[in-house]
Amino acid sequence: MTHESPHREPLISGRKTYRQITQDICSPILGKPGKLWYIVISVTTLVFLYGLSMIIYTLWKGIGVWGLNKTVGWGWDITNFVWWIGIGHAGTFISAILLLFRQKWRTSVNRAAEAMTIFAVICAGLFPVIHMGRVWLCFYVFPYPNIRGPLWVNFNSPLLWDVFAISTYFLVSLLFWYVGLIPDLGTLRDKVASPLKRKVYSWLSFGWNGSAKHWERHESLCLILAGLATPLVLSVHSIVSMDFATSVIPGWHTTIFPPYFVSGAVFSGFAMVLTLMIITRKLMNLKDYITIGHIEAMNKVIILTGSIVGMAYLTELFMAWYSGVQYEQYVFMNRMQGPYAWAYWTMMTCNLGVPQLFWFKKIRRNVIATFIIAIFINIGMWFERFVIIVTSLSRDYLPSSWTYYKPTFVEVGIFLGTLGFFFTAFLLFTRFFPVIAISEIKNIMKSSGEYENRK
Amino acid sequence: MGAGLLLVFLGLITNHEKFWSSWLLNGFYFTLIALSGTVFISIHTLANSGWHTAISKIPEAIIKFLPISAVIMLLLLLGTGNLYHWTHVEEGDTILLGKTSWLNLPFFIIRMILYFGLWIFFSYKLINISLKEEEEGGLEHHRNRIRYSAIFIVLFAITSSMASWDWIMSLDPHWYSTLFGWYIFSGLLVSGIAVITVLVIYLFKNGFMPWINENHFHDLGKYLFGFSIFWTYLWFSQFLLIWYSNIPEETVYYAPRMDNYPVLFYLILVLNFAIPFLVLMTRDAKRNIKYLVISCGSIIIGHWLNLYLLIAPSVFHEHVTIGFSEIGMALCFGGLFMFVVFRSLSGKILLPKNHPFLEETFHYTS
Repeated sequence: MTHESPHREPLISGRKTYRQITQDICSPILGKPGKLWYIVISVTTLVFLYGLSMIIYTLWKGIGVWGLNKTVGWGWDITNFVWWIGIGHAGTFISAILLLFRQKWRTSVNRAAEAMTIFAVICAGLFPVIHMGRVWLCFYVFPYPNIRGPLWVNFNSPLLWDVFAISTYFLVSLLFWYVGLIPDLGTLRDKVASPLKRKVYSWLSFGWNGSAKHWERHESLCLILAGLATPLVLSVHSIVSMDFATSVIPGWHTTIFPPYFVSGAVFSGFAMVLTLMIITRKLMNLKDYITIGHIEAMNKVIILTGSIVGMAYLTELFMAWYSGVQYEQYVFMNRMQGPYAWAYWTMMTCNLGVPQLFWFKKIRRNVIATFIIAIFINIGMWFERFVIIVTSLSRDYLPSSWTYYKPTFVEVGIFLGTLGFFFTAFLLFTRFFPVIAISEIKNIMKSSGEYENRK
Repeated sequence: MGAGLLLVFLGLITNHEKFWSSWLLNGFYFTLIALSGTVFISIHTLANSGWHTAISKIPEAIIKFLPISAVIMLLLLLGTGNLYHWTHVEEGDTILLGKTSWLNLPFFIIRMILYFGLWIFFSYKLINISLKEEEEGGLEHHRNRIRYSAIFIVLFAITSSMASWDWIMSLDPHWYSTLFGWYIFSGLLVSGIAVITVLVIYLFKNGFMPWINENHFHDLGKYLFGFSIFWTYLWFSQFLLIWYSNIPEETVYYAPRMDNYPVLFYLILVLNFAIPFLVLMTRDAKRNIKYLVISCGSIIIGHWLNLYLLIAPSVFHEHVTIGFSEIGMALCFGGLFMFVVFRSLSGKILLPKNHPFLEETFHYTS
């Protein structure tokens, strides 16, 4: 038996019964979507289609239509890749690490965050693939017996490690999300009216009948997946960071990169979760489940991970000076004063400055302020990757090849397209799957529900 | 402790460098462990944890060693000439000359006093808050604890990194690694938890903490398991990136460690990673006192050896074996540590009465 201190904030507010919870969370799926939903999804789909056309244009014409050049071989493409991968991390963090740390508040946000993870990883995976140029040869990256000589498959390359890291990550996240969904799909199967829908949900729920045996297997599988996913939270972004840190390029090669990237990933991921959930809880009337307390808890994670990232920025700066290596010193002077100084200071303001406002409880518990700060962080974390990738490349060891990199409309279009895809996918998700894990929220109602706890 | 003291004096007479390097090794080691008490309390306070209240008096007792370790580390200043190459920079060494605005003795001393001043202030503040809470009750003290924990964690994040650059990394003043501070921190965390776990087990066995049950052991076991992996992760990140890039300025750090200390180099990975990882893998093992003690012993010794490997190859250019000096001093400081901790624990009820989440620790399953 667990005991919950009366001094803790309830995680479910209002007078809820189990039946009420099911109704609240299932109603968007059972009812018809409103006008607003149709308008928004039309816009996001259009943006997605625009991005798709830009991808087709790139494939047709070649990578030359991008702004990349001989000096700057990685630009918006890899920036977007790292940004999207980072966003995915919040989902895994919430569902795996917070599960192990027995954080009950995770139950309200884990489902949506995991869905977000999957969509974000899809967006991320797109970029390295199209960056290859000849996409039809992308199977070259997979290790299988071939006669192409010693270069492929190159096990020494962090880029290959990436292939494994990200595909494993995608697979485990997908499994974790789906396994968690099974009991809720069973609930939906019993609720929907149309026979076709019932058939589909019935098939998706794998014949779930809620017996004790089913629950036991379900829970042990969830725990095993949480155990597997926990090292993944650390390993995926560590390996992404090694794409840079193993190179002998000042500004890229620094030992702090793996943990610093992981922390930055969780930081940006939580900002995106907040961006989505603040809108979702309002439009779908979920304020009783995603309470101010939940938002505050997520803001605390943001202040922690954001400050770790800030500490890493300052450590890098100090070490660049301390190293006494002129290249290291130059890279940071260049970031602060060079042609990309505007990007560097945007990054510093958005990541190191603005989130510090969360030290104030009033701001932490203010929905609008949280939303605005979350947007700042989304922008700042994109710029962090841009600053790391582009400033270091644009001024390398050979001053004669120094150059300035600007994206073309094609790269911008592809990035917008992934945003379009991401939001379209999320909007569809809210209509077909419960955005909050019904079974898990019922699990904590006795201990953490406002009404139950006060009885 | 007495035997250790004798060995220490023997060491002082015979070999200065050896004496001061073991002074640093043991002084720093016990500083880390004492500090881990404050870190443990403030992290759990900020996370609104409830389960840890059953054992939170133990980290509070560990903190009591911090003033003594401050004295030990300040005495180290007498031996800086023997340890830190940057105290006497040769002419023409442009890199070191460029660092003199940071690496100079007056600033080094000021920083050391500053670190200890901050750590001791916040640690004792947290202890006093908990004493007051026991006497008076009410939520105000807990709010205060949250406030001071938050400030401490921020300052600690900065000072712990800086202290490890100052005291350990600057033994190799030409070498640098951005990860170094976090790497030392991860060691602090896991060895501190190992010491706390051992103390909890000892007190439980002797009947001083009858409320402890398997769930508490399980949670401590999870910490040991998780954070020893975390330490290995940081160890490996630093090693891999330096090995992979193969830049002479950086590999210079690992070369003597791998060449002159081949056994020790891999032994610390066995002690700090393989043993806790394999022993604590299952749920049952984490709930079993015997397995916990094995892992804790392995971690406590392993991190001491790890610190030795960070210090000795930087001070001596050829291979040096661990001798009376190191072990004697470890016994001596260790004895003093036990004395301080047990004196602070004796005659008290080891529960934080009036902690708002205390009741939770008696009713939970992990």
